[in-house]
Amino acid sequence: MFWKGLKVILMTLILSSFFQCAAKKGGEVEVLHWWTSGGEAASVKVLKDLLEKEGFGWKDFAVAGGGGDNAMTVLKSRAVAGNPPTAAQVKGPQIQLWAKEGFLENLDEVAATEKWDEKIPKVIADIMKYEGHYVAVPVNVHRINWMWVNPEVFKKAGAKIPTTWAEFEESAKKIQKAGLIPVAWGGQPWQEATVFETIVAGVGGTDFYKKTMVEADPAAINSPTMIKCLETLKMIKKYTDKGAPGRDWNLATAMVIKGEAGMQFMGDWAKGEFTAAGKKPGTDYIAVPAPQTDKQFLFNVDSFIMFKVKNPKDKEAEKAMARLILQPTFQEVFNVNKGSIPVVTGMPEDPFDDVARRSMKDFVESAKSGGLVPSMAHEMAVMPAIRGAILDVVTSFYNSDMSAKDAAAKMADAVKAAK
Amino acid sequence: MKKSDVIMNSSSKEKQKGFLNYIEDTLPKIVVSPTFVVMIVFIYGFILWTAWISLTDSGIMPKYDLVGFVQYITLFTKEPRWWVAIQNLFIFGSLFVALCIILGLILAILLDQRIRAEGFLRTIYLYPMALSFIVTGAVWRWILNPDLGLERLVQQMGFTNFTFRWLVDPNMAIYTIVIAAVWQSTGFVLALFLAGLRGIDDSIIKAAQVDGASLPRIYWKIIIPSLRPVFLSSVIILSHIAIKSFDLVMVLTRGGPGYATDVPATFMYSFAFNRGRLAFGAASAMVMFMAVMAIIIPYLYSELRSTRNER
Repeated sequence: MFWKGLKVILMTLILSSFFQCAAKKGGEVEVLHWWTSGGEAASVKVLKDLLEKEGFGWKDFAVAGGGGDNAMTVLKSRAVAGNPPTAAQVKGPQIQLWAKEGFLENLDEVAATEKWDEKIPKVIADIMKYEGHYVAVPVNVHRINWMWVNPEVFKKAGAKIPTTWAEFEESAKKIQKAGLIPVAWGGQPWQEATVFETIVAGVGGTDFYKKTMVEADPAAINSPTMIKCLETLKMIKKYTDKGAPGRDWNLATAMVIKGEAGMQFMGDWAKGEFTAAGKKPGTDYIAVPAPQTDKQFLFNVDSFIMFKVKNPKDKEAEKAMARLILQPTFQEVFNVNKGSIPVVTGMPEDPFDDVARRSMKDFVESAKSGGLVPSMAHEMAVMPAIRGAILDVVTSFYNSDMSAKDAAAKMADAVKAAK
Repeated sequence: MKKSDVIMNSSSKEKQKGFLNYIEDTLPKIVVSPTFVVMIVFIYGFILWTAWISLTDSGIMPKYDLVGFVQYITLFTKEPRWWVAIQNLFIFGSLFVALCIILGLILAILLDQRIRAEGFLRTIYLYPMALSFIVTGAVWRWILNPDLGLERLVQQMGFTNFTFRWLVDPNMAIYTIVIAAVWQSTGFVLALFLAGLRGIDDSIIKAAQVDGASLPRIYWKIIIPSLRPVFLSSVIILSHIAIKSFDLVMVLTRGGPGYATDVPATFMYSFAFNRGRLAFGAASAMVMFMAVMAIIIPYLYSELRSTRNER
């Protein structure tokens, strides 16, 4: 009798604890993302803490690796199964693809109260909208067209830091003669595409970039300007080393840090590598816009899409998350930790370092002048199928004897087929 | 009354025994049936689902309205990367299977000569099989890297003009995958052939020796033909490893300089999942499937028919 009574009491205790877990105080958001490295995870935790302070729950759903490839595959399988998470880290035209399928929640209410249209440049706001309604919230801005330079290497070779591609070739020859590697190159399709689109913006200009990389107009792609851009890309290959194919981007940055190579073309996340190695901007390394792209800002904006949820409490939590992301507290802490710049304009520049401050200034100016354009290589400008087609041609051109004329024609065909 | 009772009792006992026998006979079928059902649904059912999707216009999400063979036509006429992938599969597949079988057979014959450290050597040859293709790929990528691996080692040994840049050469990179895969799987084929060799009846060999046949001739005419079942198993296992080798290619070259070492498996993954062209990737998967069927079914049919004839 005693043991039977004990069993009954234990069962009631266990069952009631289940009930306590099930009875949530506020709504909950389940967030899918791939920010799993040290600095990134710390930045995400900031948002979690802010939400929990307001009484909402945060269920983390981190999927590591692939720059988001794995996370996207997981997201698709959950959406097909009818059980998508509340929020997911999706960027660029994929936002419109998801909105078209009818999965996403309308965020216009939060946008109106928080005055998003005034705080975010129109180019970026348009990517966050579907048919005029906000369906995603941007988090940060990365600039793609940076060139990271080791001034020691340039001094040793007696070369000048280039601002045009003609100067680049001169300086590269001098560095090569001094026995060092001019360009630290990572031979992966996305890295080759990053440099390619920087060249398109620099050699072709903003309008040409918009016509080819954003609108993907086959007639504009199969043109003499594109042939010139491709030839410039192939020209750089002479100044890279033989171990370049397959190299990861951070190993190439390490070559510049160690003084084995003179420069690297990479986005502003490379700054993290320099900082981690204890290098100071201006003295140990210099960050300049890539040749001929001084007035252009190729951007990569990370964003969260919000799925439709049935539970009204979870809906409130979702709206709170969207609101908190674009408020100054989160924008400051997140971007200082991650190395990007805030997507809202008009934030004080005190907590940011010199490179970030220059980036923020250029961000505002290029938004006004029209030089603020989405990055094709980082999935901001065109649909994934078209981007894939362009990357295939660029990487195959770079790694073979294909002529620039053939490559331009092939790219136009591939883009037409993928549309 | 008593007799009929007895008759009724014995017939009900027989019925009981019959019922128990029935259960005993069908019990294996009952135990295997869950796995069987799972296989039918998840393997064959989903092969049919993929075939259906390949005839649709699915982009990022599956759609189910048929549009005909458009995807297959685009695949074969407007996609140069697909031809590279198919070519690579043929080169890799045929070299991999041929080299593994030849090397495995030679090593097995040598190990079969009743040498002293046979157990030890056999273990060494079989060890690479214990590694996953990911580990094999990563290690071989370091070994074949011009700056870090073989080329640097030999140059530091004094042969300063030595180059071995296959890994970064778009034309030769596919052969590096062959090297890594053969290194991994030869041990397995060796073990299969060794078991087969040990299973051959000694009396046939002794009779041939009495007749005056030389040792190479005995091997060529008697032993190797009697290993035909082992050849069959090796070819089937190796072919399926060759077609499955997504992980090895991904880790060793990630599709190679550009997409020079792309294989249909990596092609399918990249198009279906990374580029949101589900129907296109499904079409490439179905082509892979039909290629496998075209090879395996005739081979299986000829081998199984001949074994029946022999009996």
